[in-house]
Amino acid sequence: QDCTFFTRKEILRLHGRYHEMAPNVVPMDYTKDPDVKLPMQLIINMPELKENPFKERIVESFSEDGEGSLSFNDFVDMFSVLSEMAPRELKAIYAFKIYDFNTDNFICKADLEKTLNKLTREELTAEEITLVCEKVIEEADMDGDGKLGYADFENMISKAPDFL
Amino acid sequence: EDKEEDESKEEDNGSQQNRASRRKNQQRKTRDGKKAREEGSQKKNKGKTASTKDQKESENKEKKTTKRGKEGENKQKKDRKSSTSSASSNSSDEESLSEEELAMLKEQVEQKKKLISTMRNKPWRMVKKLSVLREAQDFVEKFEGALGKGKGKKLYAYKMMMAKKWVKFKRDFENFKTQCIPWEMKIKEVESHFGSSVASYFIFLRWMYGVNLVLFGLIFGLVIIPEVLMGMPYGSMPRKTVPRAEQATAMDFSVLWDFEGYIKYSALFYGYYNNQRTIGWLKYRLPMAYFMVGISVFGYSLMVVIRSMARNANESTADGDDDNFIFSWKMFTSWDYLIGNPETADNKFASITTSFKESIVDEQESNKDENIHLRRFLRVLANVLIICCLCGSGYLIYFVVKRSQTFSKMQNVGWYERNEVEIVMSLLGMFCPPLFETIAALENYHPRIGLKWQLGRIFALFLGNLYTFLLALMDDVNEKLAEEDVVKNITHWTLLGHHNSSAGNDSTVTPPPLDPADVPRGPCWETTVGIEFVRLTVSDILVTYITILVGDFIRACFVRFVNYCWCWDLEAGFPSYAEFDISGNVLGLIFNQGMIWMGSFYAPGLVGINVLRLLTSMYFQCWAVMSSNVPHERVFKASKSNNFYMGLLLLILFLSLLPVAYTIMSLPPSFDCGPFSGKKRMYDVIQETIELDFPLFVAKIFSYVANPGLIIPAILLMVLAIYYLNAVSEAYQRANAELKKKMQMQREEEKSKRNNKASTNPMLQDLEDLLTPSTKTESTLKQAEDKKIESPNGTSPVRKPGRGEVLDGSPMAGGRGAAFTPPSRVFVTQPWTLGVRAPYPGQPGPWGHPLGPVPGRGRGQPCY
Repeated sequence: QDCTFFTRKEILRLHGRYHEMAPNVVPMDYTKDPDVKLPMQLIINMPELKENPFKERIVESFSEDGEGSLSFNDFVDMFSVLSEMAPRELKAIYAFKIYDFNTDNFICKADLEKTLNKLTREELTAEEITLVCEKVIEEADMDGDGKLGYADFENMISKAPDFL
Repeated sequence: EDKEEDESKEEDNGSQQNRASRRKNQQRKTRDGKKAREEGSQKKNKGKTASTKDQKESENKEKKTTKRGKEGENKQKKDRKSSTSSASSNSSDEESLSEEELAMLKEQVEQKKKLISTMRNKPWRMVKKLSVLREAQDFVEKFEGALGKGKGKKLYAYKMMMAKKWVKFKRDFENFKTQCIPWEMKIKEVESHFGSSVASYFIFLRWMYGVNLVLFGLIFGLVIIPEVLMGMPYGSMPRKTVPRAEQATAMDFSVLWDFEGYIKYSALFYGYYNNQRTIGWLKYRLPMAYFMVGISVFGYSLMVVIRSMARNANESTADGDDDNFIFSWKMFTSWDYLIGNPETADNKFASITTSFKESIVDEQESNKDENIHLRRFLRVLANVLIICCLCGSGYLIYFVVKRSQTFSKMQNVGWYERNEVEIVMSLLGMFCPPLFETIAALENYHPRIGLKWQLGRIFALFLGNLYTFLLALMDDVNEKLAEEDVVKNITHWTLLGHHNSSAGNDSTVTPPPLDPADVPRGPCWETTVGIEFVRLTVSDILVTYITILVGDFIRACFVRFVNYCWCWDLEAGFPSYAEFDISGNVLGLIFNQGMIWMGSFYAPGLVGINVLRLLTSMYFQCWAVMSSNVPHERVFKASKSNNFYMGLLLLILFLSLLPVAYTIMSLPPSFDCGPFSGKKRMYDVIQETIELDFPLFVAKIFSYVANPGLIIPAILLMVLAIYYLNAVSEAYQRANAELKKKMQMQREEEKSKRNNKASTNPMLQDLEDLLTPSTKTESTLKQAEDKKIESPNGTSPVRKPGRGEVLDGSPMAGGRGAAFTPPSRVFVTQPWTLGVRAPYPGQPGPWGHPLGPVPGRGRGQPCY
């Protein structure tokens, strides 16, 4: 419990949800520490994530093997980080991971374009997208290497008013 | 933490040396302090400075320890060991422990607790967290009992729980509060589809509704309800009775629609009120209340407008300097991770797209340059055209009002003649704004600035309308005043004659009552003015709604359904859908509010009508916008504060204050209607109250205060104060600009610095840690180094080896202590210079290729 921002009850509820998704795979009691993982497909169909444009990325970022399968621990971890109580620093780290589509530890232009397309459902024209991406890089890139490292990202996002 | 290590080794020598333990404590403290600082630095993400500081400190430590020598160290180590183990094993004979040790133990426990409480903030994998946590918990459990603070713990836990609950409650309360904001959801929905500029109108409308509700409460609570409850009933006196000649038609709808008949002689209008000083058993001073409410309506409105302007200005300056990351923030923080509803998600997508478009328009606008001369010429031309329009409409109104006065003298005029003024004004309001808009297209401003120009122009149009209307009304009033004098004499003589005749017959018998309906009466210009305002307001409402219904809804229906069988594409082609006309609507609202302010003194019921109007138009317009309008072609972002609207509102408030003040101060009230009848001027009611209801000295003070000799210096003082404050604010502004510039410079500097030195920070380490579990070893070994410097110890030789050994794959990383160390201690020693990182070849950053440094360890994740 102390590893997350949840109370015991909430964790149990989470487990209920986890169990619900695949009742035949997930055992009800976790005392024996079974090694069970759920595939991404199940996770992203949860109502909490269903509408999220970044659902695949979120799940991938939290899965231990990077392919989107979540063990229960990962699952709880995910909800803990996404919960309201998690501090901004922690969220920033995971946000960076989420936006880093190609997992090269930099948010580069391709990542930005992907993000933008997901955000706007590809309703912007190509030139608008390039304009926005260029602006983003220009704004946030502190070390001038044409992509955003974590330091840039953290610096930028820590000042954002809407980021919680 | 090496304490655990020690503790695990059962070694008990009871000898305790106070000196050693004191030293230990000291060391402990410094380390703690360091730790706190570290954590702070971790948060602040300024790894560099902090780490150098830490280094200095650790160097100090090293010196100390070397001075003491290996021997002493060992001894110290032993001591510590002994103390902790004794605490664990000999917890029964606690009294034997010295105070200091107890304190130390406590500290330790606290530290562990802190670790536990901050555990959730560490971006580790859950598995690691769990193991670390278990260790820590075991420790705490073991020692907490020893310290005998079980009770305290409970209390503490209770406190923590309450704190948590409190936080939750506060959050819930916030949510509740936002839910209580009326129409928030509606407005957000509109905003997501039509952009913030359209939403700003609705927000303004909502604000206006709030203000009007307060005014409504004031007027109804303090004037109308007391009058209805405690005043003389209808029909008891001439001013409250329909005259005999009108009684036949007083209930007809057409008459009521013109606010004549029964409505005219109701509490909705000025004329109904009696000039009795006090009414009812409460001795409620109605005329006084009427006067004060009339004043306070203006006072409250002024206060509210100015306050909200000030707040807006504050807000706009508060976050004005944070516009460095517009696009980045939009990109990374606009999605709301709580959205789970497909419809909301749709809205959110729409709103994100709109907001991006807004910013793009801004961006494009800012780096556009074209032929300046042509544009300047076009702008001048447009202004000339618009001024012509304004003059024309002003004259037209004046003409119509004049004509209507002649009509009003004639009997049985038609419906058109009676409503000519309203019709003409509404038509002007309908056709001039689009005309202006077409002319404004010549100017090619940024839409936001264009909107302001448009607003200003239409405002001028309405203002012209309003003022010509007022002038005409004044003519009317003056005529009525002249007429009143005549009637007054007649009434006087009639009543006198009546009295005389009755007195002649029998002085004891009361005069046979003259029916109130038969008493000849004056024209009561105040009620006339009130009726005029009410009529104008109502016709304005109707025209607005009909315009929306026909111009937007019917058109949208037509376009939508006839499109299937039409020869060209209606949706894309000529009629298409209507856009939401922000400027027109905003000004309509402002103008309407001006009418309310002016008219509310003469027709107290007017505010009630306005409240209804705002309420319905909120729903109606929201519906109309969502159902039948299309977003603007260029969605633009409204300026954050709608101070421009507020400025216009303030202007019109001031302008509407003028005529009311003029009538109060310099026109005599009607002699036979209204609360001030019989007085020379309306404000006499104050003097009367002061003289009759207050002790004498108040009247004296009042007369002193009202002395021009005092007022003029006061005004002078205020002017001086304004001048001074203005100067101060200017100075502040300059300082602000300077600071902003400095910050910008700093940013640049930082940028260039970062270019040179790729600095690391603790957060990076955590991230790295997260990216691959295998890199855990790295931090561990750093820790080991750390420890080596900080408190070299002989007990765990495994920890001593430096980085090189671990790189070779020393097994130490798997040790218990490794997983155990709180991460905050990780970054104590070395400022991460390039030299240290040298062993990792070709790495762009410290965590460039997490797999690189320690291949083969951990689980080997293919994805990374």
